[in-house]
Amino acid sequence: MSASHVEGKLPHEPEKATLEGRNKVLGFWLFLGGETVLFGTLFSAFLALRHQVGDGNPTADELFKLSTVAIATAILLVSSLTSVFAIQAMHRNQVKAMLNWLIITVILGFGFLGLEIYEFYEYVHEGHKFSTSAFSTSFYTLVGFHGAHVLFGVLWITLLIIQISTKKGLTVVTAPKVYVAGMYWHFIDVVWVFIFTVVYLMGKVG
Amino acid sequence: MMNRWHVLKRLMPLLAGMVLLLSACGRADLSTLRPQGPVAEEQFGLMKLSITIMILVVIVVFAIALYVIIRFRRRPGDKTVPVQVEGNHKLEVIWTVIPIILLIILGVPTIKTVFGLAEDYTKDPNAVQVKVTAHQYWWEFEYPTYEIKTAQELLIPDDAVISIEAKTADVLHSFWIPSLAGKIDTNPGGNVNIMYFEAPKQGVYLGKCAELCGPSHSLMDFKVKVVDRASFERWVVAQKSPVALPADQEIADVLTNQCLSCHAVGANGGLMYPNLTGIGSRESVAGILINTDQPEYANEGSVEENLKKWIKDPEAIKPGTLMPKVDLSEQQLDAISKYLADLKLDY
Amino acid sequence: MAHGHAVKRYSGLMDWLTTVDHKKIGILYLISGGFFFLVGGLEALLIRIQLWKPLNDFVGADTYNELLTMHGTTMIFLAAMPLLFALMNAIVPLQIGARDVAFPFVNALGFWTFFFGGVLLNVSWFTGGAPDAGWTSYAPLSTTTFSSDHGVDYYVLGLQIAGIGTLVGGINFLATIINMRAPGMSFMRMPMFTWTAFITSALILFAFPALTVGLVALMFDRLFSGNFFEVSNGGNAVLWEHIFWIFGHPEVYILILPAFGVISEVISTFSRKRLFGYSSMVFATVLIGFLGFMVWAHHMFTVGLGPVANALFSIATMLIAVPTGIKIFNWLFTMWGGSIRYTTANLFAVGFVPTFVMGGVTGVMLAAAPADFQYHDSYFVVAHFHYVIVGGLILGIFSGLFYWWPKMFGRMLHEGWGKLCFWTFFIGFHLTFFVQHFLGLMGMPRRVWQYLDGLGFNNLNLISTIGAMLMGLGTVFFIINVIITAFKPRDAANDPWEDGRTLEWTISSPAPEYNFAQTPLVRGYDAYWKEKMEGKKAMTPAEPLGPIHMPSPSILPFVMSVGLFIAGFGLMYHWHIVTIAGLGITLLCMFLRSVYDDHGFHIEPDELQDKGVKG
Repeated sequence: MSASHVEGKLPHEPEKATLEGRNKVLGFWLFLGGETVLFGTLFSAFLALRHQVGDGNPTADELFKLSTVAIATAILLVSSLTSVFAIQAMHRNQVKAMLNWLIITVILGFGFLGLEIYEFYEYVHEGHKFSTSAFSTSFYTLVGFHGAHVLFGVLWITLLIIQISTKKGLTVVTAPKVYVAGMYWHFIDVVWVFIFTVVYLMGKVG
Repeated sequence: MMNRWHVLKRLMPLLAGMVLLLSACGRADLSTLRPQGPVAEEQFGLMKLSITIMILVVIVVFAIALYVIIRFRRRPGDKTVPVQVEGNHKLEVIWTVIPIILLIILGVPTIKTVFGLAEDYTKDPNAVQVKVTAHQYWWEFEYPTYEIKTAQELLIPDDAVISIEAKTADVLHSFWIPSLAGKIDTNPGGNVNIMYFEAPKQGVYLGKCAELCGPSHSLMDFKVKVVDRASFERWVVAQKSPVALPADQEIADVLTNQCLSCHAVGANGGLMYPNLTGIGSRESVAGILINTDQPEYANEGSVEENLKKWIKDPEAIKPGTLMPKVDLSEQQLDAISKYLADLKLDY
Repeated sequence: MAHGHAVKRYSGLMDWLTTVDHKKIGILYLISGGFFFLVGGLEALLIRIQLWKPLNDFVGADTYNELLTMHGTTMIFLAAMPLLFALMNAIVPLQIGARDVAFPFVNALGFWTFFFGGVLLNVSWFTGGAPDAGWTSYAPLSTTTFSSDHGVDYYVLGLQIAGIGTLVGGINFLATIINMRAPGMSFMRMPMFTWTAFITSALILFAFPALTVGLVALMFDRLFSGNFFEVSNGGNAVLWEHIFWIFGHPEVYILILPAFGVISEVISTFSRKRLFGYSSMVFATVLIGFLGFMVWAHHMFTVGLGPVANALFSIATMLIAVPTGIKIFNWLFTMWGGSIRYTTANLFAVGFVPTFVMGGVTGVMLAAAPADFQYHDSYFVVAHFHYVIVGGLILGIFSGLFYWWPKMFGRMLHEGWGKLCFWTFFIGFHLTFFVQHFLGLMGMPRRVWQYLDGLGFNNLNLISTIGAMLMGLGTVFFIINVIITAFKPRDAANDPWEDGRTLEWTISSPAPEYNFAQTPLVRGYDAYWKEKMEGKKAMTPAEPLGPIHMPSPSILPFVMSVGLFIAGFGLMYHWHIVTIAGLGITLLCMFLRSVYDDHGFHIEPDELQDKGVKG
């Protein structure tokens, strides 16, 4: 099927060219609505428990190094931008450019994950383990859930890059996949902005 | 003749319902429908108001339903198509507005009572302060003013506000005295709940645990004993008076080693588990074995019989209880039961 | 290649394991939901037998707590939800004139995850103890300190897996209803059942993730020594109650709204009248759904949230009575002036109205927080929620099953057995639960294994047990009816009730694989009725006859769910290799689904001729 499609003939918004594509985009919006509630509940649990540090355990203020977190934030924000460039390239039918932007997005995503793993590693060594206190449990659950989403995202986008670059090319079938992956990536980026504010900044302040 | 039978047939369920209603009020010491104090009365008043409004609603709906069910049934062979009505603005406004009015009638006293019953008496010097701690499957009552800790039986005077601070030592429970005060959950950690009530009528009232707390949740009963002020004062003194250990040294040793490792009588033993001081004059053993000289039901007997039954195999009486089966000979069991049954307080 | 006839089509068992056809998935939901309904019903009967006399020893205290936990969990998550999904799958696409749902593959996945989640939960009976902390599983009773066996682990993981199924099912219906409506089927022309399915799906989407988080938190506490609810390490037990009820209250409306939809359809059809006040009905449904998220703390009046919270949640809860009242009167006035035919389906629907009113008014009574200090966790509450869930939801499901059975199976259920089923079940129901109001008011707490003699509870408990037996008998009559019907020829007409108003009655019974040979053009509310009244026999098609694209069957949803099922065991018993293997299977399936595009296949017009027209 992919062979019959010449790249130049794709419509402007290939992700919405078919009913399947439109369903996929709508369904994914709905899914993100559910994800919002999911993270909302995790945030609520964290807010309810974040002062329960326990005696002798490191507090949020002592643990967090804003420099590392700021770098991670910057990386993730840039990756969101590069994923926008990828979708724009897709709309212009520039498959190569799209793939390149996606590759950069994935690399940045891995960079973020690396920093996060390093951060967690440090925390554990400072005595901030998963089972240390209610604060630590809710912290690792919230930030870890986000991290797991990032991991899933980079694996997913990598798979798409391989599919499109090897045999399928950009078609009305693959375009919606790229588009919803982009939506997903923006979503976890937005969640991170909230984590940065609620977990780290508020942890430093209060 | 046929007609009269028809009328009777229609009246039957109504009559049956009324009989049920009358017989269904329950025991005065247990039923929410027979309140014995001002707090339960206030709650009952709200219940009566809401039941009245709701019966009104139910009657209207049932009447309309019965009418349309009978009046508009399809006759055999009826092929006509009824008028297709889209709706009726006036009617729809009516059945939106009337419920709102009914809800306001119910809502205003609800809010008033919510705030009224939330009043805090924990700092009131005239109120009797009681700290309730729920355990799997028993109740601890501490009177901080009098430095008394007792179990299973909440003894209170009939002339004061009783101010409750409730918490749990393990899982969630709920402290419920249906005929006096409604209920409040007991939460773990520093999360203490307050509640107050008054019991102007002397007597014994039944209390229950209302939150699933494990296998013996249903058996976690307690009693509220209301006495006059003078008796209450006497009880406070008696509760703090020294208690003699058994005269027989062997029994005294067994008691000290086997029982008082967890329990207390007078100043002897520990207070981690139910205080046994005055257990002989309580209404029940373990909350559910009712002490009476005229046993009628399986869970009734004299204090001594009940104590023996309980100590012999606690797990059989209350599955999941922390009270272990203590290694006692038959004679030791008899002697200890007898000793405990004789631990009576004079008040 | 585009007309991929090469696609494998299975038969027999393989067909059922691989199907992505919403009608077959509906039947799968019906069978498994029905099975779990029987399991939950059996548990209920055991509970009632235990309570028929004071101080009974029929089952032990531990077993009793397992029974009450599994009865609640099974009935809510494994019986009521899937039975509703059965009706929604079978009917919603037909009612909006769609050939299929938006995500047939995801739909199948939703079923299989629900199914394996339910199986996982029930496996616990055979592995040393079912969950026993109540369907609400309040901490700390549900934490490892007080529940050291694996029972609650099964609860956490079984519900988690089943919950995924419900969530994706909800998304599927939302997308289907938004995107797949036939030309002319505007939102305000949608049948009431579709509307309620739509709102219910939205509630699922916003409520279930909260449960997911709650279960994850409890799982982390139990399996990885987390501290969400571990008070000694700063955890908070009340947090679980909040999370549970933020999910749990909308869940109640998730259950009851589709039943409202069924009742609206059935009453309107058998009164031969348009639904009275359709637009206010839609408005009321949306409002109930919205308010459903604002009232969760009325389950927690005695938790000690303080008078301000209690007052606010009291009033918010009472407000729900207004849209519900609108619905009740709309149903009554749909019947008013109609020509009411009392089929079994309609008996259940008409019986629903007063029964649900009784459950509703006790709901308003419970909303008055100070009075709730007396009702809370007593048998009064048990009576109340069984009136709305059995008297509401289960009567609605029975009504819907009798009504749509011919559309699902091509055979009409037997009316005689049906009426016998109705009267036994209906009388048994009221006998069981009416007296429980009084038991509660007389001071009997809920979830009690035994009650003492001489408290005045004996007679009413005996009556209640007799009623429960009658309900069991009613259910047996239904099963007999189904078996008898299965041996009858498939001869139901397109519109077997002759007064059908909506699109599902324009096509053959059972519906063909592709639903509509030609997508119908919808010209108004009650689309089919409108055509009938203008003397037409069929809908005006909105397109010429052409090849119909169908999705391919796939075994992947089944295998993915098996993977989660295996991973569940691995997590529970800390067998890390098993966990990784299970999750690996699931991820591999996702990989395969992404790599191999499903081109589906086409049904050609010449095939439609001999399959579309009923023989």
